[in-house]
Amino acid sequence: MKRKLTILVIILITFLLQSVIFSHFLFASAGPDLLIIVVASFGFMRGKKEGMFVGFTAGIFADLFWGVALGFNMMLFTFVGYMNGFFHKLFYDEDIKLPLVLIGISEFFYGMATCFFIYVLRGDFEIYDHLIHIILPELVYTILATLVLYQVILHINKKLEAEEQRSASKFV
Amino acid sequence: MKIKKQSSLSSKYWLMILVAVCLLLLGIEQYIDGGGPLRFVGNYTVVPMQKGISYVGRYLSDISDNFDTLQDVREEKDALQAEVDELTIENTRLRQEQYELDRLRELYKLDANYSDYEKIGAHVIANNGSNWFSDFIIDKGSNDGVKVDCNVLAGSGLVGIVTEVAPDYARVRSLIDDASNVSGMVLSTSDTCMVRGDLKLIADGRLRFEKLKNNDNVIEVGEQIVTSHVSDRFVQGLFIGYISEIEVDSNNLTRSGYITPAVDFSKIQEVLVITTTKADMTEGKKD
Repeated sequence: MKRKLTILVIILITFLLQSVIFSHFLFASAGPDLLIIVVASFGFMRGKKEGMFVGFTAGIFADLFWGVALGFNMMLFTFVGYMNGFFHKLFYDEDIKLPLVLIGISEFFYGMATCFFIYVLRGDFEIYDHLIHIILPELVYTILATLVLYQVILHINKKLEAEEQRSASKFV
Repeated sequence: MKIKKQSSLSSKYWLMILVAVCLLLLGIEQYIDGGGPLRFVGNYTVVPMQKGISYVGRYLSDISDNFDTLQDVREEKDALQAEVDELTIENTRLRQEQYELDRLRELYKLDANYSDYEKIGAHVIANNGSNWFSDFIIDKGSNDGVKVDCNVLAGSGLVGIVTEVAPDYARVRSLIDDASNVSGMVLSTSDTCMVRGDLKLIADGRLRFEKLKNNDNVIEVGEQIVTSHVSDRFVQGLFIGYISEIEVDSNNLTRSGYITPAVDFSKIQEVLVITTTKADMTEGKKD
C-alpha cells in the first residue's frame, strides 16, 4: 500500500515538473520526457508487472492532459514498462550504464511510435525532420535528466525495499 | 513437497488485459467522451496543484521584475510614451472613420458588430509536456463561461481555440500546433487563405499559409492576416500576424508562404477568452 502511494506521488510530481516547470526550460525547443524515465526505471528495477502498472498509471495522466485520445499513451507506457521488465535480471544498483541505455532506447521507441501513429498515419511523412527536430533533442535532454532523476528514484526504491524486507521478516 | 502458491495472474496476462483496456478506450473515444469522468477528477486534484505551482512561478518572476534598473524602466517609459503618442494620433483618425462606418452600417442595416466581443482573462497554468503538441491549460473552465470552440487571444493577436473544457480548467490548442487549421483573410484585399500550424515551424514560432488565390491583387510581405468571414469556428477579424514570405505556387493558381504571428507563443502567460463562439453568433442571428 505504501509502495503504491509512493509511486503515485512520484508520478504526480514528475508530471507536474514536466508540464509546469520544464516547459520553461527548453533545449532546442524540446523538453525532457520525465515520465518515461519513471516508467522505464520501475520496469527494470522491479520487473515486468510493476513496470506495466506504473506505465499504465503514468499514461492516464499523459493522455488526459497532453494526448489526443485516452488510451494511446497508456498503451505505449505499458509496453515500455513491460519491455524494461525483461532486463530486471541484468540490473544491479551501482551500474548507471544499463539504466541510461534502457531509458534512451525507451525514449526513442516512444518518440518513433508517437511519430508513426499520430503523424505518419495522418499523411505526414517527414519522419527525418521529426527525428532531427523533436525525437533527438528530446532524447538528449531526457538522458541528461536521467542522470539526476534516476538517482532519486533509485534511492526511494531502495528505501521502500528495505522497509518491505523489515516488515516481511517481522511476520516470519 | 514444495507447493508454489500462484496468487495472481502472470505478467503476460496482465499485459494483455491492460492492452485490451487501452484499445477499448481508444475504440469508444469516437462515441463517448471517455476522459470526461477522469477530467472531472483531475479538475479537483491535479489542476489545483498546477495552479499553485504556476502562481508561485508568477510571483517569483514578479519579484525578479522588481529588480529592473531605473535605467531600463526609464527607457521603457520613453518607448511607451512614443507609442502612446502614435496610438493617440491613430485613434483619432480611426474614430473619425468609426463615425463614418456607423453611418454606413446603419444604411446597410448591419447589426452584427464584430468589434467588441465579451472576453474574460485567464492565466496559463501548464503546457503540454510532450513535444509533439503545442497546447496549454488555462485556469478558467465551464464555471466561468468557457466553452469548447471559444477563441483565445493574447495581447493583440489570436492564440488558439479551446478544445476541452472541465469545470475549472480548459485546454487550448495553439495556432502553431500541427493539427491547427484556421481560415484566414488578407486584411487589405479580403482574399482568403488557410493558415496552418506545422510541427517543423514550432521551433521558429512561425505559421504557414496556403491556398491564397493568385489573382491581380498585389500582396506583399508585411500585410496583415486576420481570421476570415467564412470560418465556422473563429470569429471574424481576429489578428493572426504579418506575412513574412510569399511566393506563387508551381500550379500558378495559388500563393503560399509564411506568417510571423502577432503573439510570441513561447511566452504566453495571460490570455483573453472570447466567451461567445462563432456558432452562438450565427445561431443567434437566425432567431
